[in-house]
Amino acid sequence: MSGSVLYDAPGPKTRRRSAIASVVSALALVAAGAWIIATLAAPRIAANGAETPGMFDGSRWDIALNPQLWENFGRGVLATLAMAGVAAVLAILFGILLSFARTARSMWIRVPTAALLEFVRGMPVLLMIFFIFLVFSTGAYWAGVLGLAVYNGAIIGEALRAGIVSLPKGQGEAGYSIGLTPVQTRLSIEFPQAFRQMLPIIIAQLVVLLKDTSLAYVVGYNELARTIKNLQNALGNRYLFTLFIIGLLIYLIMNLTLSWLARVIAKRSGPKLGKVTPDDVPPVGSQGTQAITMVRPKSGKPPS
Amino acid sequence: MDAIIDVTPLYIEGFLQTLALLLLAGSGAFVLGVLVAALRISPVPVLRGFATAYTELLRNVPLLLVLFFCAFVLPLLGVQLDYFVLAVIGLTAYTSPFVAEAVRSGINGVHIGQAEAARSIGLPFGQTISLIVLPQAARMVVPPLINVFIALTKNTSVAGAFFVFELFGATTRGTRDHGDEVILMLLFAAVLYLVITVPLGLIAGAIEKKVRVLR
Repeated sequence: MSGSVLYDAPGPKTRRRSAIASVVSALALVAAGAWIIATLAAPRIAANGAETPGMFDGSRWDIALNPQLWENFGRGVLATLAMAGVAAVLAILFGILLSFARTARSMWIRVPTAALLEFVRGMPVLLMIFFIFLVFSTGAYWAGVLGLAVYNGAIIGEALRAGIVSLPKGQGEAGYSIGLTPVQTRLSIEFPQAFRQMLPIIIAQLVVLLKDTSLAYVVGYNELARTIKNLQNALGNRYLFTLFIIGLLIYLIMNLTLSWLARVIAKRSGPKLGKVTPDDVPPVGSQGTQAITMVRPKSGKPPS
Repeated sequence: MDAIIDVTPLYIEGFLQTLALLLLAGSGAFVLGVLVAALRISPVPVLRGFATAYTELLRNVPLLLVLFFCAFVLPLLGVQLDYFVLAVIGLTAYTSPFVAEAVRSGINGVHIGQAEAARSIGLPFGQTISLIVLPQAARMVVPPLINVFIALTKNTSVAGAFFVFELFGATTRGTRDHGDEVILMLLFAAVLYLVITVPLGLIAGAIEKKVRVLR
């Protein structure tokens, strides 16, 4: 059993009960899964008496062998990645600029930037993409790229600002004391530390960006989701389920890979690089120490 | 200016639909999310595994694809529902893992000493959770939860692409009818979205500040 502090180390009775609960819930889950699959696999009869084959019938899946289908999906994936890649670079650049403007010394820069950030962050990305699509008539690709870049740039900018603000005052003071100008201090002392500290958040945001490229569907950009729709129009409703499942799997593979990568990078760059002690160290115990998932410490030493 | 007056009834209708989507999907996602979070901390490993898989998978599927499934695939599978109901289902399903994560992180944020103290005075699992951990977690959960609902507000716009006449749907019609005043039409919609999201954000910030003082 897990060594959670929430319950006693289980005795034989509890262990038996927990084993029974495990088996019962596993059976229930399997039964639910089987029911869903059986329902999907069963041929269905339309109101007019026409019978259509089940969802796993061969006649629905034979297109999976068609190389042209995969060519289409490949093009969709490339289009998605092309949009995500360019938008990610622009979003980071934009975020850096915004974080500088947001922490500027002059109120005349700081306040309008804050208002702009608030405005952009409170609006749906979809509306932004649509806005750029209509107002600047950039075409679907650039509408998607710019909309995603502006929106995610605002969020990355906010994260970087938080990173800069959370640095100990001594960092900036040290910069001034060795004769650096404010701009140099920001660029060569404060910003690198803030960026490293916020890297996990930035990468997590890039995963969101990759997911959000699917919104370009609405302005008619031929990315992965639009590919499914196009193929449905070309091949007919019979294949919709198949096409959807294929598209879903491709999205899952892309996003899970990137999420996993983000976690690896976060772990690597976390404690080693640019870890600084904040000025106001929170008192012991005020911070989260994971009551639930925390494993009971083996010795009498309190968990740190 | 005439254009604004002209589209106002349209926009108000869309705005109300957006609010309805937000309230229905929000409460649905809250219930489902708390349930998933409960499964995730339960002592039964199978349920824990199921909840983890549910969260991980659903969080990595784009919202557009979830709504695509609801609007195009579900009717094909024989589900005969209004597009509005389908959108509520999709938004609920998509938002629930985010709620679950917010709740779970709040529970994890409670200091381990609290649970240990509860255990040491002899409280069983149920009482430890309901009397000690949850009341403390609830406070810390509120700000991230509000952020989830802000995201949901913005996400309802995607339903506009799937035949639900909410604010984004109203905007597309507004821009079509008044092609010469596109910017005005879009800004109007943006302001209406901000009417929901900015106050929510302010509330979250205020609560966050208050909770920090209390702890």
